[in-house]
Amino acid sequence: MIDMIVEMMSYPFMVRAVVVGVLVSLCAALLGVSLVLKRYSMIGDGLSHVGFGAMAVATAFNFAPLAFSIPVVILAAFLLLRISESSKIKGDSAIAVISTGALALGVITVSLTTGMNTDVSSYMFGSILSMTDGDVVLSVVLCLCVLVLFIFFYTKIFAVTFDESFAKATGTKTGIYNSLIALLTAVTVVLGMRMMGALLISALIIFPALTSMSLCKTFKSVTICSVILSLVCFLIGVTASYGLNTPTGATVVAANIMALAVFKLVSLLKIRLFRNRI
Amino acid sequence: MSLISCENLCLAYDDKEVISNLSFQVNRGDMLCIVGENGSGKTTLIKGLLGLISPVRGSITMGDGLKQKEIGYMPQQTVAQKDFPASVFEIVISGCLASRGIKPFYGRKEKNLAIENIKKLGIEELKNRCYHELSGGQQQRVLLARALCATKTILLLDEPVAALDPVATDELYHVIEDLNKKENITVIMVSHDIKCSIGHSTHVLHLQEEGTFFGTVSEYKHSSQAKRFLGGCCNHD
Repeated sequence: MIDMIVEMMSYPFMVRAVVVGVLVSLCAALLGVSLVLKRYSMIGDGLSHVGFGAMAVATAFNFAPLAFSIPVVILAAFLLLRISESSKIKGDSAIAVISTGALALGVITVSLTTGMNTDVSSYMFGSILSMTDGDVVLSVVLCLCVLVLFIFFYTKIFAVTFDESFAKATGTKTGIYNSLIALLTAVTVVLGMRMMGALLISALIIFPALTSMSLCKTFKSVTICSVILSLVCFLIGVTASYGLNTPTGATVVAANIMALAVFKLVSLLKIRLFRNRI
Repeated sequence: MSLISCENLCLAYDDKEVISNLSFQVNRGDMLCIVGENGSGKTTLIKGLLGLISPVRGSITMGDGLKQKEIGYMPQQTVAQKDFPASVFEIVISGCLASRGIKPFYGRKEKNLAIENIKKLGIEELKNRCYHELSGGQQQRVLLARALCATKTILLLDEPVAALDPVATDELYHVIEDLNKKENITVIMVSHDIKCSIGHSTHVLHLQEEGTFFGTVSEYKHSSQAKRFLGGCCNHD
């Protein structure tokens, strides 16, 4: 086991993938707590589809993939936020419209230019080989931003997540925090999706928060537990995928599903035990 | 001087004017009940009082040293809050946010204030419990304690007893009345439960497209607006 991990870390591409993966999982878990509790879970899914569309267009026209897709996805994130705030179209339908629209555009672009090849498949389901040094630098910067936001503005994030109208009434600029979360989510999604896959990246945002909510009873413990879970599941997933020769993204999601199952089981047992005692 | 006085206030929602030429005052120690049918502009008026929307015409003036951010607001519960993992203490202390400014963490002062308000509402033993495990009445007390952390003078309650059973409703009204009488906290309350809520109030503001009423409770009971709304069954004592 240890030999395998040492061998795994002797490949530079694996080291890059693990570093980016750990940082992205951490960001996704923190942002996910707020998104899941605000019923914005699907925003990550929607944004990853937009990311896929943007990547496809960038490849077709030979743009730098990150430099092109990050602004596009950020734009989509703000758009989604605006739409769900104005509530003329419901948030979930807005996400569906934008994500399928972007996906369709991406698929058309791909079929008109390169055709369905391995590149496209690696955008959809992720590839461990795609991480560059640039990704490592970007994920460190992203991670620092997310940590600063969650440590120094923790009380504000709590207030905005729990009760936006109260936070607004007492003078918190809720718009700024919502935009910041949307912006950081967009960057997290684009960074993570090439490794995890456009179809799988939203799992990193949703699973840790959902899993910890089944056992933790305070906001602080949910936040901390999500981060730990997300890191553990990513590391287990990445090691397992190396050992079993399975796709990384899918294996990390499988690890997350198992964690969710274990937590649900424990919470059920807890309820049983509690009942028996009475 | 009045705490809040509105002069010829006009407020719009989605470019549609829902409140026009409304004038009323709230004085220290008052308990004002705002009633009206759905769509009569109650929610819009709340947003106006909180400064979340600006008046189209007319004015809202805060007097007696009251600042708009110091109104203790208790919004209606959202669906998302029903299963929110947060302890009672975490929620109550978040009411202190306004006075913190940009400082990132809560200090001793905020913690003491939160504890004090938790005690005031008799939910001390629930302090570390999870919000979504509480009953509807207990949850409303938690939100009331949070609102108290944001204010020393005035509470603005949006449908505080909606979705509560009769016993919990009665208890909550007593809590609110106690705060009003003993702590001298001014209360503005929006309510559908008109018969019961006017029993606890000093003033009534009845919003209506035609002929809005503002006055004391006894004046209200003899008004034409009340007759229609109370169905003629109100007791005139």
